[in-house]
Amino acid sequence: MIELRDVRKVFPARRGAAEVVAVDGVSLSVADGEFAGVVGPSGSGKSTLVRLVNLLERPTSGQVVVDGQVLTDLDDDGVRRARRAVGMVFQHFNLLDSRTAAGNVEHPLELAGIGKAERRRRVADLLDLVGLADRHASRPAQLSGGQKQRVAIARALAARPKVLLCDEATSALDPASTAGVLDLLRQVRADLGLTVLLITHEMAVVRAVCDSAVLLDRGRVVDGGPLTEVLTRPHSPLAAQLLPAPAVAGARGDLVRVTVTEAAPEGRVLRVLAGELGLDVEVVGGSVETVAGRRFGRLLLSVTGGDGRLDAALQRLRDGGSLVERATPGDEPPPLGAHDEPDGAAPDRLVVPHLLDAPEVQR
Amino acid sequence: MNDWDRIGPQLAEATWDTLYMVGVSTVLTVLIGVPLGVLLTITAPGALSPSPAVHRVLGLLVNLGRSLPFIILLVLVAPITRGIVGTTIGSTATIVPLTIGAVPFLARLVESSLREVGPGKVEATLAMGARRRDVVRTVLLPEALPSLVAGITVTVVALISYSAMAGAIGGGGLGDFAIRYGYQQFRTDITVATVVLLLVVVQVLQWAGDRWARRLAHV
Repeated sequence: MIELRDVRKVFPARRGAAEVVAVDGVSLSVADGEFAGVVGPSGSGKSTLVRLVNLLERPTSGQVVVDGQVLTDLDDDGVRRARRAVGMVFQHFNLLDSRTAAGNVEHPLELAGIGKAERRRRVADLLDLVGLADRHASRPAQLSGGQKQRVAIARALAARPKVLLCDEATSALDPASTAGVLDLLRQVRADLGLTVLLITHEMAVVRAVCDSAVLLDRGRVVDGGPLTEVLTRPHSPLAAQLLPAPAVAGARGDLVRVTVTEAAPEGRVLRVLAGELGLDVEVVGGSVETVAGRRFGRLLLSVTGGDGRLDAALQRLRDGGSLVERATPGDEPPPLGAHDEPDGAAPDRLVVPHLLDAPEVQR
Repeated sequence: MNDWDRIGPQLAEATWDTLYMVGVSTVLTVLIGVPLGVLLTITAPGALSPSPAVHRVLGLLVNLGRSLPFIILLVLVAPITRGIVGTTIGSTATIVPLTIGAVPFLARLVESSLREVGPGKVEATLAMGARRRDVVRTVLLPEALPSLVAGITVTVVALISYSAMAGAIGGGGLGDFAIRYGYQQFRTDITVATVVLLLVVVQVLQWAGDRWARRLAHV
């Protein structure tokens, strides 16, 4: 549904500021009906990337394809028409203060030249959909942050788009409103069969709603794929962001890193090590969360009393499907965001052309 | 000095002349100044429709109009006034320099009002597939309306003061009246009366403008 082909966006040098390469050769594709996330540290090019999809920013080079239409080949008029099939939600809502909630939802319908009676009907349906039917006459100033974002979502859906872009849509909201807005996004995606591309710096948001994600750093995709696959991939920088690995430094004993999935629960590991072998097993750190609707986690175990039996036991566990490995201090993926280091130290570019290569992704 | 029964009606007529001059030139100023302010705003670098050449030329014109003292402008535009109205004397003739003087003033106020409209609102509207003129019509102007009304009120008050100045060269209205009767005939009471009238007119207009702007503001 969305496809970026080797897209670059360079902001030319301006007075006092050098040229900025915001997006540096990104290729990615989001399948029809997929809920995809783009994560990365601030300044990594996320916001520019999402604006390339509806050509609010024209790419310097490369192709943008939405719903089979090559947007980068269209003239201004064509781009405007194509934008109606792409809704967008923003961090700061961007509602018009001069209009009521209903007036804001009506705005895109007016622009699309839809008749008044039809507009009224659709606005009522949309406000109902986002649970704000009773606030149709309220001004944005009278609404809470969560309500404003609901109005903005209704507005983004008004022209019946196939794609919804969310630019940090929950970053200005409190946790309760965030959960409500994410529920709404999940619901409209399912009900309307939307394809959603969501930009965020909050990993909890990705864990809650995304099927797949890419990690952007300095304008490049450094990791990505379906979350169910990424999280089981060893030493994945994206997985390290989504579920930070517990710190190894300072822990004693033989250390074992366990990746928990529904297919490889931690219980079996603990049973073998503590139960069958009678080793002393402590959980040093880690967490287990629900990601893309499934249980995922990373645990760090400290094992003592192994006497050389540990490696054989780990091999046996691995043969049985458990995701376990020895951990040593310093073998975690390096954190992103340290942008002052020399360019030579940048990780090698890894292009993830298709987010949905793995078959077991939930839709 | 007990000639107020003679002066009273003349004062009323002068007040009417002032309201007429200011009223007509306000309408003309809004009709020309608001589009000019919109053009100044959208042609700025990084704005909706950047055009450095247009922006620079318009900015220069506006600055020229703003930097000329109004009394000089009155004299300078006299040939234009004669061309349009046929005379340079009287309240109708004064409408021309009043409008020419107030348009750049209002255009700058409009520009700063429109610049206050959040760029995110413009971006959101462009993302809906809006044309640039749709953005001006449905976002910039409505969102800036309270501030535009405040700017127009300031312009009207400035027009009243300009119109009084035009009285110095035979422009009619309260300024003309104060100079001919109050100043040249040493009638301080007439000068004071016109000042009080001007003050009342300005107060009422400012009050009404503030009220209107407040009613429009929904933030």
